[in-house]
Amino acid sequence: MQALLSQLVSVAFHGTAYGMVLYVISVGLSVTMGLMGFTNLAHGVFAMAGGYILTAFLSRLHVPFPLALVLAFVLVAAVSVLFERLLYSRLYGAAELEQVLFTIGLIFMSVAVARMIFGTLQMPVQLPDYLKGQFDLFGRNFPAYRMFLIVFSAGMIAALWFGVERTLWGAMVRAAVDNRAMAQSIGINTKRLFTITFAVGSGLAALGGALGADIIAIQPTYPFENLVYFLIVVSVGGLGSLRGPFIAALLIGIADTACKYWFPDVGSFFIYLATIAILLWRPAGLFGKRA
Amino acid sequence: MSAALETRLLCKRFGALTVAENINFALEPGARHALIGPNGAGKTTFVNLLTGRLAPSSGQVMLAGEDITKVGAPGRVKRGLGRTFQINTLFRNMSVLDNVALGVAERTGVAMRFWRPAAKYSEVRDEALALLDSLGIADEARRNVADLPYGKQRLVEIAIALGLKPNVLLLDEPAAGVPTLESERILEALAKLPKEMAILIIEHDMDLVFRFASHITVLVQGAVLCEGTPTEIRADARVREVYLGERHG
Amino acid sequence: MRHPVGYNANHRLRLTEYLPWVLAIATFFFLGDYLSLGARVLTYILFALSLDLIVGYAGIVTLGHAAFFGTGAYVAGVLSVKVGLTDPILQVLAGAAAAGVLGVITGAVVLRTRALTQLMLTLAVAALCFEVANKANSLTGGADGLSGVNVAPILGVFKFDMFGKTAYLWCLGLLFIGWFIVRRLVYSPFGASLTGIHQNSVRMQTIGAPVYTRLLMVYAFSAVIAGAAGVLLMQTSQFVGLNVLGFEPSGELLVMLTLGGVGRLYGAFVGPIVYLIAQDYLAKQFPEYWYFGIGLLLVLVVMFARGGVLGIIDAALARLRRKP
Repeated sequence: MQALLSQLVSVAFHGTAYGMVLYVISVGLSVTMGLMGFTNLAHGVFAMAGGYILTAFLSRLHVPFPLALVLAFVLVAAVSVLFERLLYSRLYGAAELEQVLFTIGLIFMSVAVARMIFGTLQMPVQLPDYLKGQFDLFGRNFPAYRMFLIVFSAGMIAALWFGVERTLWGAMVRAAVDNRAMAQSIGINTKRLFTITFAVGSGLAALGGALGADIIAIQPTYPFENLVYFLIVVSVGGLGSLRGPFIAALLIGIADTACKYWFPDVGSFFIYLATIAILLWRPAGLFGKRA
Repeated sequence: MSAALETRLLCKRFGALTVAENINFALEPGARHALIGPNGAGKTTFVNLLTGRLAPSSGQVMLAGEDITKVGAPGRVKRGLGRTFQINTLFRNMSVLDNVALGVAERTGVAMRFWRPAAKYSEVRDEALALLDSLGIADEARRNVADLPYGKQRLVEIAIALGLKPNVLLLDEPAAGVPTLESERILEALAKLPKEMAILIIEHDMDLVFRFASHITVLVQGAVLCEGTPTEIRADARVREVYLGERHG
Repeated sequence: MRHPVGYNANHRLRLTEYLPWVLAIATFFFLGDYLSLGARVLTYILFALSLDLIVGYAGIVTLGHAAFFGTGAYVAGVLSVKVGLTDPILQVLAGAAAAGVLGVITGAVVLRTRALTQLMLTLAVAALCFEVANKANSLTGGADGLSGVNVAPILGVFKFDMFGKTAYLWCLGLLFIGWFIVRRLVYSPFGASLTGIHQNSVRMQTIGAPVYTRLLMVYAFSAVIAGAAGVLLMQTSQFVGLNVLGFEPSGELLVMLTLGGVGRLYGAFVGPIVYLIAQDYLAKQFPEYWYFGIGLLLVLVVMFARGGVLGIIDAALARLRRKP
C-alpha cells in the first residue's frame, strides 16, 4: 500500500512537471489562435529555439542559469516579432490550408537550420549546482529541478493570468478574442496587439522549451515530434481560453506519465484515444468558446 | 384546410432573455405575408426558429399540419420549407448556374450520382436556367457570382431557394443593401412567384412591404404586437408609436 | 483557371490530358534505367490524387493521410508474410479495403470537428497508426520494418523482374484506373456538391445536402486509393518500413501536392514528378540544404504562387492570351 501511494505521488509529481511545461509552451499557441485565428503549426519552433539557446549558453558560453533563461525569452520574443511583422501578418486572412502549408515550411527550414548548427543529437542540459540534487518524499527521491520547474512555472502562469485578467493589455486581448471586428471598431490597435501578444506567446514557448529541456528533449525534430501534443493541449483545452489548456495540459501530463509508467507497451495510445473521446463529447474543447 | 406554416405559443429564451414570447402565427397557402418590426424585435430569430436553425424553448412549429418542432433544418427543407438569407451566402467562386443547379440536384437526388459528368444531366441545367430566366438573370448564368452586382446576387439567392421547390418560402430582407434602382427588379421577381407558394418576407423597406403584402404581422421585442391588412396596420396607433423613433423604418 | 467542374463544365478530355500518359509510356521505352524511380513516382502520384480529392476538392485539411497509405502497405505486407497472400491483385484489394475501413472509422470522428481540432485529429490518427506499427513487433517488425514480403506474378504470368519493368507497368496500370475513377468523380454531380461543400458548407446544408455523410464518403474513398498506393509501394520495394506512417510522409505529400497545384487534378501529377526527381538528385548530395530548400519553397509558394506549378503555368498562359 505504501509502495502504491509513493508510486502515485511520483506519477503525479512528474506528470505535473510535464503538464506545466506543456502548458507554458502551448498557452501562446492557444491565445494567438484565438486572437488572430492563425493556425501556427510552427509554434514548437520557438520552444525548440528557447531550448537550444539555454543549452548552448549554459554549456558553451557558461552564462549563469537565470540570465540564460531571460535571454532565451527575450531573444526568441524579439525574433518572433520580426517573423510576425514580415511573414505571418501577410497571411492573417488566408485560408487554413495556406497557413498550414506556410508554417510547415517554417518548420522544415528551422529543422534544417537546427541540424546544421547543432547536429542531430539531443542537447544535454547543464544545470547549475544549486538546482541539482534530490529530495525525499514518501520514501522516493524526487529531482529538485523538477520541483523548481513546477514552482517557477506556477509563478509564470500566475503572472500571465494576472496579466490577462488585470492589465489593459489583457483586457484588449480578451476583447479581441471575443470579437475582433468589434474590438477594432472601438479603437484597439489590433496590429500592435497581435505583435505584442505573439511575442509574449513565443517568449513563453521559449521559456517552456528551455525549462522543460530535460522532459522534452531538445533535438532538431522537436517541432515535428511534439506538434501533436501542443495541438492536443490547445484543442482539448479550447482555443483562445487560458484555463482550458491548463487543465488539459495537466491531464495529459499526468495521464501520459501514468501510462508510460504502468503500461509501457501501450505508450501514447491512451492519450490519442482519450483526446478523440473528449473531442467527440465536447467538439469545442473542454472550455471552448463556440460549442 | 390547415395553414401552410404555423406556430403555436412559440417561445425562445436565452437564460433570462426572452427573444420570442408565445408567438402564435399562421401562414396560409398562397399567402403574401410580411413580418415587420423595429431592429432587435427578433424577426430573424423567429425565422431561425421556423427553419430549424434554432430549437424553441417551448411551443410548436407546424408545416402543412405536420408537427415539425423536433425536425432538424435539413428535414424541413426536404418537407418544402425554403428560405433566403439576409446576408448573401452564395457560392461565390462558382457560376450563377452552378449555384442554382446544386440545389436542384439535391432535390432531385442527382447530387449523389458520381459517374456521369454533371454537365450531362441536362434536366438539372435546364431547370436551373428556367429559374434564372423567371427572375430575369438567365444571361448571367455563366458568370461567377462574385462578379455580379449586389442586386443580382440577391436574385441568385432567391433562385437557389426556388430550386428546392418549396411550398413555403421565407425571405429574410430580400432587398437589404440593394440600391433602389435594383430593388424594383426584386419586387418584379417576387410578383412572378407561384400563386400557390406561401411567402413570408421580412423587410424594413416599407414601400416594398406595402406593395407586396396582403397581410402584415408586427413583431416587437419578441412578441406579436398586432396583425392585419396593410390598411389596418397603417392606421394602427400602436404601430405608429413603435416606429415613431425610426423614420427610416 | 482551375478545371471548372459543375453543370456547365467541359468534361471532355483535353489534349494536354494525354500528356502524362504519353510521357509515362515514353519513360518506359527510353528511360529504362530509371524505372524503379519511375514506379515510385507513379505510386506517389496515385497517393497525391487521393489527397487532392479531399484537400483540393472537398476542402478537408489533413496532416495524417499517410495513415491510410501505411495501413495499406502494412496490411498487405503482413498478409503476405504471415498468411502467404502473394497474389498482387488480392494484395491491393486487401490493403485498399483495410485502409477504407480505417477511413470510415476515423472519418466518422474527424469530420465532426473543424479547423485546428480537425487538423490535430488527423495528426493524432497518423500518430496512433505509427505507434501501433511500432509496438506490434511480432506482426510488423517494429522499427526494423517488415521484410520477406513476397509478390507473386501478376495474373500468374508477369513476374516482378529485377529491372522494374513489371513493377512500372503495374503501377502505371493502377494509376490509370485510379485516375479514371477520380476524374469521373470530380466532374460528376457528387463532385460538384463537394466543391459546394468546400466553398460554403453551411449553405449546402440549407439546400438539403447531408454534408457530413458526403464528406465521410469521399474521405473513405480517398483512404481506399491511398491504401492502394501504399500496397504498390510495398510491392515495388518488397519491404515496408515505419517511414510510410506518421507526420513526415503526410507532410511530404502535402508539399508535393502544393508544389504541383492543389485542386487542379494534375497538380497531383506534376508535384510528385518534380519533387521526387529533384529529391533523387539533390537530397543525397546536400540533405540539409534540400530540407531547408523545400521549406523555403513552400513558404514562397504560399506567399507568391498559391496555385503551384500549374498555377504559374495557367497565369502565364492567361497573360499570353491577353497580348493580341
